Formats: sequence, structure tokens, C-alpha cells
Amino acid sequence: MAVVFERTKGLTPISTHYCPGCTHGIIHRLTAEAMEELGVLDQAIGVAPVGCSVLAYKYFNCDMHEAAHGRAPAVATGIKRVLPDKFVFTYQGDGDLASIGTAEIVHAAHRSENISVVFVNNAIYGMTGGQMAPTTLAGQRTTTSPLGRDPAHAGYPIRISEMLATIPGATFIERVAVDSPANVRKAKRAIKRAFEIQLEGKGFSLVEVLSTCPTNWGIEPPNALKWLKENMIPYYPLGNFRDATKEEVSDGQ
Amino acid sequence: MAKVLMKGNEAIGEAAIRAGCRYFFGYPITPQSELPEYMSLHLPKAGGVFLQAESEIAAINMVYGASGSGARVMTGSSTPGIALKQEGISYIAGAQLPCVIVNMMRGGPGLGSIQPAQSDYNQSTRGGGGGDYRLLAYAPASVQEMVDYVQLAFDKADEYRNPVLVVGDGVIGQMMEPVEFRATAASDLPPKDWATTGTGGKRPPNIINSLYLDAEELERHNIHLAEKYNRIKENEQRWESVGLEGAELVIVAYGTTARIAKSAMENLNRQGKKIGLLRLITLWPFPEKGFAELDEATKDLLVVEMSMGQMVDDVRIVNEGKRGVHFVGRSGGVIPSTALVEEKILEILERSE
Ligand SMILES: Cc1ncc(C[n+]2csc(CCOP(=O)(O)OP(=O)(O)O)c2C)c(N)n1
Ligand code: SF4
Repeated sequence: MAVVFERTKGLTPISTHYCPGCTHGIIHRLTAEAMEELGVLDQAIGVAPVGCSVLAYKYFNCDMHEAAHGRAPAVATGIKRVLPDKFVFTYQGDGDLASIGTAEIVHAAHRSENISVVFVNNAIYGMTGGQMAPTTLAGQRTTTSPLGRDPAHAGYPIRISEMLATIPGATFIERVAVDSPANVRKAKRAIKRAFEIQLEGKGFSLVEVLSTCPTNWGIEPPNALKWLKENMIPYYPLGNFRDATKEEVSDGQ
Repeated sequence: MAKVLMKGNEAIGEAAIRAGCRYFFGYPITPQSELPEYMSLHLPKAGGVFLQAESEIAAINMVYGASGSGARVMTGSSTPGIALKQEGISYIAGAQLPCVIVNMMRGGPGLGSIQPAQSDYNQSTRGGGGGDYRLLAYAPASVQEMVDYVQLAFDKADEYRNPVLVVGDGVIGQMMEPVEFRATAASDLPPKDWATTGTGGKRPPNIINSLYLDAEELERHNIHLAEKYNRIKENEQRWESVGLEGAELVIVAYGTTARIAKSAMENLNRQGKKIGLLRLITLWPFPEKGFAELDEATKDLLVVEMSMGQMVDDVRIVNEGKRGVHFVGRSGGVIPSTALVEEKILEILERSE
């Protein structure tokens, strides 16, 4: 019988602790498959964040570091500067990357560190129980914005991809979502492309993945996918925000 | 090798490179900026990497990554910057990684001043990060000692898989003195088989981590760390003692202050007084063994610090009420004079007569 689907070698054979219907699991799989397909698993060093994916170091089947909250890009910088020929990636949530760790991500992009970042934006702090994230949408209720996020008080949600795309060193920036099979396939392509850019030595690459948190949104999984599509994508448009490798080509033409 | 005249901060850089350090991550701050400046020029020549980080927080986390990947790595800063590094230091200690951290102390609290101080004694010996961890902390008193202990610090960090702190004050960083770089004894260090270098398909993944969600497991980890710290306490106490025999009073000091104290001691001994000196070389572990050598004749201890009195607490603990414990110091960046120390000693001697 033909094998049509197998667990990727990029993930360890243990079940994750993620809530049912949480899309962290899909994003793990895409990240792991991309590494497997590119043949870099035995050359890879990953950096896990603080957030729901704090245990990512148990799930990715490669060498891993657990970083302090927000500091993964600095940790990855240290690793990559010591081992420039190895494949180095971070996996970070939106509280981790877009709030406490903004300095680290901005400057890693600015230096065009030759690392890849998988940035999971679920518009909330999952691990700590559903508090407001910098990415929480205007009007969205969380445990620290119980009446809905009021931009006059808490500011507008931060668009990381748009912001990073203005940095010359940010070689590749793309936003994707995992709300439908078609979008999952696109997400995989973007992650793989981001990883290839590192392997080609072309500098900093980041893929922002719009993700769900059914538990803390208080929405059952199928409707959470719908909520993502109807609420997050209009504010966080999908697409490529920067691909300096293509700009180089068009400059030459 | 012939002696060369070098500024303290630059000598630290050269000593680190000779000890095999190839990575330096830092952020500028007075009075230690000559160290990153030196590294930015000389590390690349040695095939290494100097990187100016966006903050001390980023710098220490780069150190965490580099160390986890098996490199000899260093960072340096001064008081407020070391404060920012504390979270990272706690992670590095928790994950049991080696690295060397230099603190050229300046006056505090807050932004304080850029003048020399010793008011990070508590921070150096108690730590500012969370959890049950300790740092081996050297406090050299000359540029030569700085060089020797920076070199040793890298070996000790590897031996114990623990961050090592080298503490100076602005004076030692800025001072020029002749130094000799001695070849370090070939050390018998264990291989870094825990480092994340990519599995190469040859071993299971290595994980650098300080998270233990299970309470019992974290406790076992903490017990393991405590055993290591006890070994450090047993084996790594260092101090220098001068004229303890028959001394009526012994001065306790470290770093620049110990040099001032020594001059005061010599002046008074020439006048027929019997004064000794116990100079701490390790702040942690606190050299309790040095205090065990104190003479029965010694009635008083005088702690001299460039702070409002921080080490004096540890001296009281080790003293167990046996002798009088006194303190004299200046703070805020003011360096105590020999006259001040002599005056205080005479006052104590008079009182106890
Ligand atoms: C220095 C520090 N501050 C705060 C925390 C608590 N904390 C843990 S995870 C987290 C937020 C995580 O949210 P996010 O990055 O969005 O990831 P998610 O859990 O949603 O995947 C916070 C605030 C911490 N561990 N360390
Ligand atoms: S709390 Fe939210 S983000 Fe975390 S695992 Fe559960 S669903 Fe996923």
C-alpha cells in the first residue's frame, strides 16, 4: 500500500501539550517538514521562546535552546556567530516577539543576522491565560482588556511584518495564515523559502503566521479558524512584504 | 615574555583572547568601554567575532547562545549594565553554561556616577537574577592579577560549567601597569559534549535549557547545583593575608581598596603598631578559610570598602561575634585615603586599650 502521509522526521515522536484545535501544532509541522525537505535537520539549532510553545525544544527533532522571554533572536545571534555554517531558527509568539522582545527582533533584522524566524501571531497571550497582546485587535476582549481593546488607551495592534519590511537588513518578510488547507500550503512555501534564504547566506528571514488560540479566544476550533479569517486577515493582510533576493534581480534588469 | 605596559581594561581583553576567548558581545558603558573597543580591533585578528549588541540584555543572551554552542565567550559592562544582564546570567547558571562576565563597578544606585566604586558586592555575591544560583567571583587588585584571573576564569567556567564574574572597579580598569601574559597551564577540561552544534546525524539532539516544569525535577536540579556550589566553596576560596601573626587589628578589603589599606597598614606598622591585612581575591566563595587563620591576638577587624558597607555583613557572619567588626569606607565614587583608614584604625585601637 502506498504511503500517502507520514510524520515528519523533523518532529520527535511525542504528543504535544497544545490545546485541541490550536494551530501551533500545524505550524510546528510545517517548520519541521521544511527542515526535513531541505535536509538540514542534523545541521539545525532551534531556539524556543517563552509562551505556549516554550516546550518546542522537546518537539523539534534537532538541537535546541530554550531562551528567556523575547530574547530568542539574541540567543540565535550568539549561536549563528559561533556556527555560521549551521542552520539556526527561532520560533516565537507575539507576546515574545512583538512586545518584550521587540528590540531583539528589530536589531537582528537590522544586522541581517543570517537566521530564520517563525513568528506565531495569535493576537493574545496564550500561556499566561489570555491577556492582551500588542497584536490584540481593537475591540477584542481579553482578560486585561475585558471591555475590548481600546486603541485610545492601549494603542493600535502592532503590524510586525510591515514594520520589519522597512528595515534594509530584513531580506525576506512574509505573512501567512493557517486557517484553510490552501493557506497552510502557502505557509509551508513561505517557511521553506525563508529557510532557503538562510541556506543561501542571504540574511534575515521571517514568516509571520496568523494562528488561533481557541482556548483563550473562547471560540471552538472550527469557528476560531473562521474568526481568524474574518477578523485577523483584514487587519493583518497576507502576502510578501519584502523579498530582497528578488529586488536584487530586478535592480539588475 | 617581557612585561608590557597596559591599561587594565585592555589587558583584560588581551588576557581573554590568550585564554581562547573568541566571542565578545557587549554594549558601551564607562568605565569599561576600552574592553569592547580592544576586542573590536583584536578579536577579528584572532579569528573571532566582536559584536556590539543593542543592549546589555541582548548581549548576555548572545553570550547564552554562543556558550551553548560550545564557544569561549565573554561580556563586559559596568554596574547599571550588569544589572540588566541579571536575567540572562540566571538562565546561563540554570542551564549550566560557562562564560566570563567582567564588571568594572561604578557608583550607584540608579545611574549613580561614572567614578570607581565597590557597591556591587551584594549584586556580585548574591546575584540579581531569580533562583538558587551562585557565581564564582574574582576581585583582582592589580592589572597583572586581572590578567591572571581572567585567564583562570575561563578554565574555571568550563570546569564547573558556570558563569564566572571578574569584578574590578573603575580604578583598575583605567590604571596602566606593567603586565606579563603567562602561558596558562594546560588544563584537563571535559569535552563540551552537551553543546548544540547540530546533531550531524550522529547523536540525539542536545537541549540547552533551564525549564523544569515538574517541581520534584526542578528541586533535583537545584540540589545538583547546590552540590556544585559546595564544591566551589571547598576548592576555590582565594585570599591573600599579610602580617596576620600577632596582629592586633586586621583590615579586610579587596581590589583597589586593599591596596590603599595595605599602605595604611605599612605606615602604622612602621610606627610600631601590629596591623594585618586579609585581602579577598574571591568575593564568592567568601574566603572563610582565610579567616580561620586569624591570630588569637587579633581583637578587631576593620572592613574597608568603596561603598556604604556591603561586605561587612559577610565578615560579621564569618566572625561569629568573636572580634569587633568595624567599617570605614567612602562611596559615590570617592576613593578612601590611607589617612582615613589610618585614622579609623587608631581610633579603634585607642578604644580597645
Ligand atoms: C520576563 C518574563 N515576563 C513574563 C513572563 C510570563 N509570560 C510567559 S508566556 C507570556 C506571553 C506569551 O504570549 P505569546 O508570546 O503571545 O505566546 P503564546 O502563549 O500566545 O503562544 C508571558 C507574559 C515570563 N515568563 N518572563
Ligand atoms: S492556550 Fe491558546 S495558544 Fe496556547 S496551546 Fe492553548 S490554544 Fe494554543
